[in-house]
Amino acid sequence: MFGFHYRIERSAMGLVGFIIVVASIGGLIEIAPLFTIDETVETAADMRVYTPLEVAGRNIYIREGCYACHSQMIRTLRDEVDRYGPYSLAVESSYDHPQLWGSKRTGPDLARLGNKYSDAWHVTHLNNPRDLVPESKMPAYRWLLRDALRTDDLSDHLAALRAVGVPYSDEQIANAVQDAYGQANPDSPEAAGTAERYGEATNLRVFDGLPTKLTDMDALVAYLQVLGSLTDAAVRTETAGIE
Amino acid sequence: MALKERDEFSGQLTTGHEWNGIKELNTPIPRLLWVFLISTTVFALVWTLLMPSWPGINGYFRGLLGVDQQQAVRASLAEAEAERAAWSTRLVSEDFETLAADASIVSLVRQAGPPLFADNCAACHGLKATGNAGYPNIAQAPMMWGDEPDTIAETIRVGINAGHPESRLGQMLAFGRDQMLGGEEISQLADYLMELHGGPVLEAEARAGAETLFADNCAGCHGSDGKGMADTGTPNLTDPFWTYGGDRLTVRQSIYNGRQGTMPAWEGRLSPAQIRLLALYVLDLRGALP
Repeated sequence: MFGFHYRIERSAMGLVGFIIVVASIGGLIEIAPLFTIDETVETAADMRVYTPLEVAGRNIYIREGCYACHSQMIRTLRDEVDRYGPYSLAVESSYDHPQLWGSKRTGPDLARLGNKYSDAWHVTHLNNPRDLVPESKMPAYRWLLRDALRTDDLSDHLAALRAVGVPYSDEQIANAVQDAYGQANPDSPEAAGTAERYGEATNLRVFDGLPTKLTDMDALVAYLQVLGSLTDAAVRTETAGIE
Repeated sequence: MALKERDEFSGQLTTGHEWNGIKELNTPIPRLLWVFLISTTVFALVWTLLMPSWPGINGYFRGLLGVDQQQAVRASLAEAEAERAAWSTRLVSEDFETLAADASIVSLVRQAGPPLFADNCAACHGLKATGNAGYPNIAQAPMMWGDEPDTIAETIRVGINAGHPESRLGQMLAFGRDQMLGGEEISQLADYLMELHGGPVLEAEARAGAETLFADNCAGCHGSDGKGMADTGTPNLTDPFWTYGGDRLTVRQSIYNGRQGTMPAWEGRLSPAQIRLLALYVLDLRGALP
């Protein structure tokens, strides 16, 4: 039974050659499906990109480790769709680098959190969850309201995202800092530019309730309020299925 | 093979190598492991035939069983929809009076209401609906926009100061910030409001001054008796409940900065039947169902 194996073990080059052949089978099986990715990832013409403020918020979401307790993927299970809304589609994460699907739910799934609660709720809840939900075990993130948002590197963040395929325009990259400011200050002259570059559907609000200051809270709440609403593809898929 | 040599003690073949007089046995792998290896390999091959697996030139191989998780979940959702149809159509088509009088609907509300409320409403109003600072007590306090079931359902549907095009809109002016009232006047009003809510009783003179201020500034929205008006969503100021807090500082802040609370609109996120079920559940929490 081992005759072939005994022979090949005695030939150095032969053994190397067969190791390469066997290892590439594994590689091929992992890589080949990517050639058909167009088949498995839906298209969404209405997909919009994250604004600079939302990108900053997403970075804070990663920095604070929110993904460790909150997933952002509604699975194709009846109870999940009942509780959280239409199941997640691959296309909805196509501008997420890295994706934040998560693998553990200590808290609820956040894939469709956008516009579910008010900005004021998010601010109070992030500052101290037990002010609103006495039974909550989520940590309090008190520094979010205190710390000023770092914006000077936002253009670089957008440029990096463009390098991996997010369609930001030169204009959007160049104006990232003022667009972030404009989004959180709807009465400022910068706000018109944000709306023009990112579309009228963009939330322009004083997210953290402090009009004069751009805080980490502004960015994080702006991000949380667009979760699941970058495209309507999931809602369309669900309704198409029912008909 | 030329190197084969059988060990005389164990009866097994050796590898044929010798190190300082020590030889190594070449004992075959136990049969059980072979069975395991071969059966799992066969299973894997069969499974790739049954399930969506191999990539091809024109898309991927969809598997002989034709399993598709998205279709599966849509089918189970449609099934759930059909199971619920018996009562969900009734919830939407019949009026609240009939529904509230039907014991089977009431028992349904008591079963299906709590998880729906916990998933969607409890984050702000609390699990027992008794409210939080900034989010009214909807189990006990008078409802700002009215406590008729149809009104409650409509409030859930469109929200308050929400993004919905038909959203209810309500804003209390910032009397202090916008310099309509001075600090002294705000303090007078705050004391008066605390008295209305059952706080310490004011002296006659102070009350007279505050009543004039109230009539000039507050009565337009809150009503001359301070009991609020449901069609503008102004709260009753004479009951013992506070939305934002009843300490003097918070009351002064409310008058100084104004208030504009937000309730999200639930149309789209919740189905019409779910919205009406929640309205009934809120009524039940308020003790309005038999």
